[in-house]
Amino acid sequence: MKLLESLSKRYKRFLEERRYQIEDMKLIFDLWKKSPLTMLGTVIVISLIFMAIFVPWFAPHDPLEQDVYNRLAPPSSEHLLGTDQLGRDILSRILYGSRISLVIAIIVVAIACSTGLILGLLSGYFGGVLDEIIMRVTDIFLAFPRLVLAMAFAAALGPSLLNTMIAIAVTSWPVYARLARASTMQIRNEFYIEAARSIGASDLRIMFRHVLPMILAPIVVQATLDMGGVILTAAGLGFIGLGAQPPTPEWGVMVSEGRYYLSSQWWVSTFPGLAILITVLGFNLLGDGLRDIFDVRMRR
Amino acid sequence: MDLRTYIVRRLLLLIFVLFGVLIISFVVSHVVPADPVQAILGPQAPPEAIERAREQLGFNKPLHEQLIDYLWRVLHGDLGKSLRTNRPVIVDLKEFFPATIELATTAMIIAIVLGIPIGIISAVKKDEAIDHVSRLFSLVGVSMPVFWLGLILLLIFYYRFGILPGPGRLDPTIPPPPKITGLITIDSLISGRFDAFINALKHLLMPAFVLGYYATAIIARITRASMLEVLRQDYIRTAYAKGLRERVVIMRHALRNALIPTTTVIGLTYGSLLEGAVLTETIFAWPGLGRYATGSFLFVDFSAIMGVTLLIAVIYSLSNLIVDILYAFLDPRIRYG
Repeated sequence: MKLLESLSKRYKRFLEERRYQIEDMKLIFDLWKKSPLTMLGTVIVISLIFMAIFVPWFAPHDPLEQDVYNRLAPPSSEHLLGTDQLGRDILSRILYGSRISLVIAIIVVAIACSTGLILGLLSGYFGGVLDEIIMRVTDIFLAFPRLVLAMAFAAALGPSLLNTMIAIAVTSWPVYARLARASTMQIRNEFYIEAARSIGASDLRIMFRHVLPMILAPIVVQATLDMGGVILTAAGLGFIGLGAQPPTPEWGVMVSEGRYYLSSQWWVSTFPGLAILITVLGFNLLGDGLRDIFDVRMRR
Repeated sequence: MDLRTYIVRRLLLLIFVLFGVLIISFVVSHVVPADPVQAILGPQAPPEAIERAREQLGFNKPLHEQLIDYLWRVLHGDLGKSLRTNRPVIVDLKEFFPATIELATTAMIIAIVLGIPIGIISAVKKDEAIDHVSRLFSLVGVSMPVFWLGLILLLIFYYRFGILPGPGRLDPTIPPPPKITGLITIDSLISGRFDAFINALKHLLMPAFVLGYYATAIIARITRASMLEVLRQDYIRTAYAKGLRERVVIMRHALRNALIPTTTVIGLTYGSLLEGAVLTETIFAWPGLGRYATGSFLFVDFSAIMGVTLLIAVIYSLSNLIVDILYAFLDPRIRYG
């Protein structure tokens, strides 16, 4: 009984201490509930993650298993979305493909986001020559359309899944650098930063403890939207043959393989492309929703 | 800073950026694992032949000398020779460029004609059914894999119903008009070939829509957002208060200010259409820059890759520059710096 009492006391104290954070979460949840499109995006993204993790448990077939007697079969109860030119089950390939797209998106966004964030923080916090150098390099990278630069890198490194990720990551960090720099410059002269400095906090500590948490919201929104963008670019590279290579069940590669059968066996290209569209739409809906939510929270 | 200083500063910056672009394209094509000489001669080439080719192409020199050579040649308008087409890259680029311009410009016209009205209606009828529909239309537009949309439209309008012509710029039965500007629609009008004009327009419609859908979505979104911003302002309330009809208030008072951000976005998106053109041209067998790029990238044709990347980066940076300057002209409230 005593144990229970102390536990409940501790719980209450925990709630008391975290009151503002909890209220904040409640506000976010209320805003989230109000927007059906944001909810739809969340559902799509969460199902995608579940699909990617648990696919071996419910995929009807092996994604590489060929059945030549059954090639280019239309959708049926055995193959819900039909089979491709080698008789592989399209549904299973799409399900497994979710792993590839998601892994590409997460790794690329993680690398690009952290690189850009650190460079942007340094640039915005210290200013001066360092800022000038970092921003000019950023300008150069922003002078290319993303897909074209990624194509150049992919062609030079040789087409493969790993090189797709490297190529897209190299082309994705500048946006984060610019965002992080702009927000850092906005707050670097605030009183609380000065206060931290006056009690002897190091630059590194100020950057990561006091600046970083304050500039995270726009970065999170950008990262969410970027997940969709990265999946699109990776699929585009796969489609033109500079990304993942067959027999990898990558969605862009699958659309590309089906295009030769387009006039009669439409399902081979159609369903993988639909998977790309829905996935990217999910991330964009979620990103848009997050932006609205953060906007409202900022205004309060 | 006044406008002139700003423009000068931006031009200097542009030169610097282009220099950086050159270096990146050089690094990408020279410091990478893929061996261009091996790629040209094939895996069975004898080592002596590879060595000789290396010498001929200047690949045996130290890297910094190669870089200086390369910069020197580019400054003199020499982009090297394409290993795939066996012609100077600059000749190739001149030949393929007009087709891309024709496609991208038509795409942009479609995007403006569709995007701005959609954005306006969406803003005026905020939170009504039509707003939700057009927002979803825009969101789908930015989420759409361009190459897939192209295939699906081909499937429906060409293979299934045969309403629109398939890939290419003209039917093979129609002789192309004499080459003047390289834009088939304009050339055929100049030379009075209306059959070719109509046919070229029909061929343009599908790829231009596919390419323009993304731009339509972007333009609709920004128009909606800036229109909402403007509609909240006092002078709009005043206009309503003095009894003007809604149509007049929106078209004459609100739209003018709301279109300023739209103009910028139009310029920025025109540059990014080149990106979509790579994929669209592949699907519609459109003999433009994008298709040339894909071909050279797959063939590991280094001079061509560097030439294409350079040209695209130049167009992209120039359109961004023009947009920024235009913006400063359009909106006297902007402070540049």
